Amino acid sequence: MPIRAAFDAAERLLSRIFPPHWNPLLNLGALGFFFFWIVTASGIYVYIFFDTGVTQAYSSVEYMTRDQWYAAGLMRSFHRYASDGLVLVMLLHILREFALGRYRGVRWFSWLTGIPVLLFIYVAGISGYWLVWDKLAQYVAIVSTEWLDHLPFFGQPLARNFLSPVNLESRFFTLMIFMHIAVPIVALMILWLHLQRVTRPKINPPRGLAIGTGLSLLALSLLYPAVSQGPANLAEVPGEVGLDWFYLGAYPLLENLPGPATWSASVVILLMMAGLPWLPPMRKPAVAVVNLANCNGCTRCMADCPYNAITMQVRSDGRPFEGEAVVDPSLCVACGICAGACPTSTPFRRMSELIPGIDVPGRTIASIRTATDAESAKLSGANRIMVFGCMNAGVAEQCRSGHVGVVALNCTGQLPPAFVDYVLSRKLAEGVIIAGCAENSCYNRKGTEWTTARLEGHRDPNLRDRVPRERFKAVWAGRLGAAGLRQEIEALASSVAALGPYAPRRPAKSRTAKEQSNA
Amino acid sequence: MPSVLKFGGQAVFLAAIAVVVGYFSASPRYHQIPEGQSQIKLAIQHGGARIEDCRKLTTKELSKLPSTERRPITCSRERVALTIELSIDGKVIYADVLPPTGLSGDGVSKAYKKFLVPAGHHVIEAKLRDSKRTDGFDFDQRIEAELKQWQNLAIDFNAEQGGFLFR
Repeated sequence: MPIRAAFDAAERLLSRIFPPHWNPLLNLGALGFFFFWIVTASGIYVYIFFDTGVTQAYSSVEYMTRDQWYAAGLMRSFHRYASDGLVLVMLLHILREFALGRYRGVRWFSWLTGIPVLLFIYVAGISGYWLVWDKLAQYVAIVSTEWLDHLPFFGQPLARNFLSPVNLESRFFTLMIFMHIAVPIVALMILWLHLQRVTRPKINPPRGLAIGTGLSLLALSLLYPAVSQGPANLAEVPGEVGLDWFYLGAYPLLENLPGPATWSASVVILLMMAGLPWLPPMRKPAVAVVNLANCNGCTRCMADCPYNAITMQVRSDGRPFEGEAVVDPSLCVACGICAGACPTSTPFRRMSELIPGIDVPGRTIASIRTATDAESAKLSGANRIMVFGCMNAGVAEQCRSGHVGVVALNCTGQLPPAFVDYVLSRKLAEGVIIAGCAENSCYNRKGTEWTTARLEGHRDPNLRDRVPRERFKAVWAGRLGAAGLRQEIEALASSVAALGPYAPRRPAKSRTAKEQSNA
Repeated sequence: MPSVLKFGGQAVFLAAIAVVVGYFSASPRYHQIPEGQSQIKLAIQHGGARIEDCRKLTTKELSKLPSTERRPITCSRERVALTIELSIDGKVIYADVLPPTGLSGDGVSKAYKKFLVPAGHHVIEAKLRDSKRTDGFDFDQRIEAELKQWQNLAIDFNAEQGGFLFR
């Protein structure tokens, strides 16, 4: 998809100057929250000086801008630019989630609840422009009310309030300030809903990024302060206005196209956005299954699930453990991260069938081990590399060759770290690469993060100390592309060839007949 | 990349975003109305006469009604449609028949129209019929106005204030 390619390219570019966790494109939602708080704080300050009224509104804003430019005027500009920044990151956030396909399946809830947030933020911003009561406000008021008057709900046309100076009342400004405050509060409530099905949502950007963006908007407010565009005068048409294109980009269309056409288009666009998660209907993969005989209720799968799909409940089989994992099928996306977290997912197990405490039927841990063994059998040379590649990153398969085997995973988080040990100690390859999505950009949200933490020993199940670190590498190939991944593979292949064969301190025992039958 | 260059890159990127935000927050400027033009805005909200006149109920009719609903006068709900005509310099630029609103046709008739005219001297005439008559107009007002560029001349209507109001 061209949009995804554009985002990948932009992420690649930004990753050269920002640390991975600072990359603005990977923090769009969090930046949206950050701008929302700036808008709230600066708005509260500006409200202290604002006066509602036909003539008082404009003069009070002028007082802030001219007489108190260093405080209230600065806050007015900060309020404006942070609002624009909010729209910018919100639209990019929507576009990026769409491009990455993160709106289907169980993610429908976040997608759908995001739509009213978008609308409410727009209503709040537009009502803010109205309050200044300058020429732009006059334009916004008239176009908005004329557009609303196409609906058959209003007894008296709203636009009549702006027919001539004698028609306008100060009460209207009281209504608008109420809307300007109430609507963002409602938006915030819906944002709370928006995050309900997201585990560990990122609602605060990294401190450095927050400081950087905040300072850049503050500098903009100082150097290029927001100003009014002359007092509104209903006896004149505001012939030329400086539109805020972030909020008012559609206004020329609303003004010049027939009302029924713009209303129909708006409704169709909204319905299409709302229906996207089901267009076309998605075939849901078989969800994770708990095997109670192997589950000891350790809670690791629950802790690692990025979708809140696993809960711990009272043990139902009478075994002496505190609880058991229970999967909510409506929330599970079958990413397999739970299986990767399960301490029973060890490929070394041969004496009994490899059935972890939790597993996804579409890509079981046993099938990953079988594929690993099969791939290894095809490899030759002294520089064999086994690549465990995330299917969502979608580039690993293109790297298969005579000395490179590829095993597909639903997510890198599905791979228990013991597989690295397994491949090296069983001499199935001389090196291992785990190829996933880009850092902080995992399709399943937490796959790259949990994999990194497990490999570095910060999160259970972690990689054993005995595994030689120079023989494996995690490559976040989603951003590098196939060519970049191939380079990394060849670099490791050369490196392990130079190291020579791996000699584990405790060589693996040869398999017994029973082990062979269970493999 | 050395950290100084990275830091510089971050600063340049954030500055570029600030420039984009600053520029599009008020630019490019939008021309709502061409130069040399002015606007006439016609906004009517007025109820026409009732289609049937109010009449006194007969004693027989009153006796059929519940005691709490015995009002001596009855009126029909439906109103006539308004006939409106606006002309500039003798040329009719808008003529319409405005039906009453409401499911029973008992609401006001409404019109909200905007016309662009060249700035300058104009003779503006507005006519409206709100009665049951079939020809002619009940209100007919004509003004001469010197419209400036981008001036907005509002034409409102209020029967109690004498008909059309040019503001």
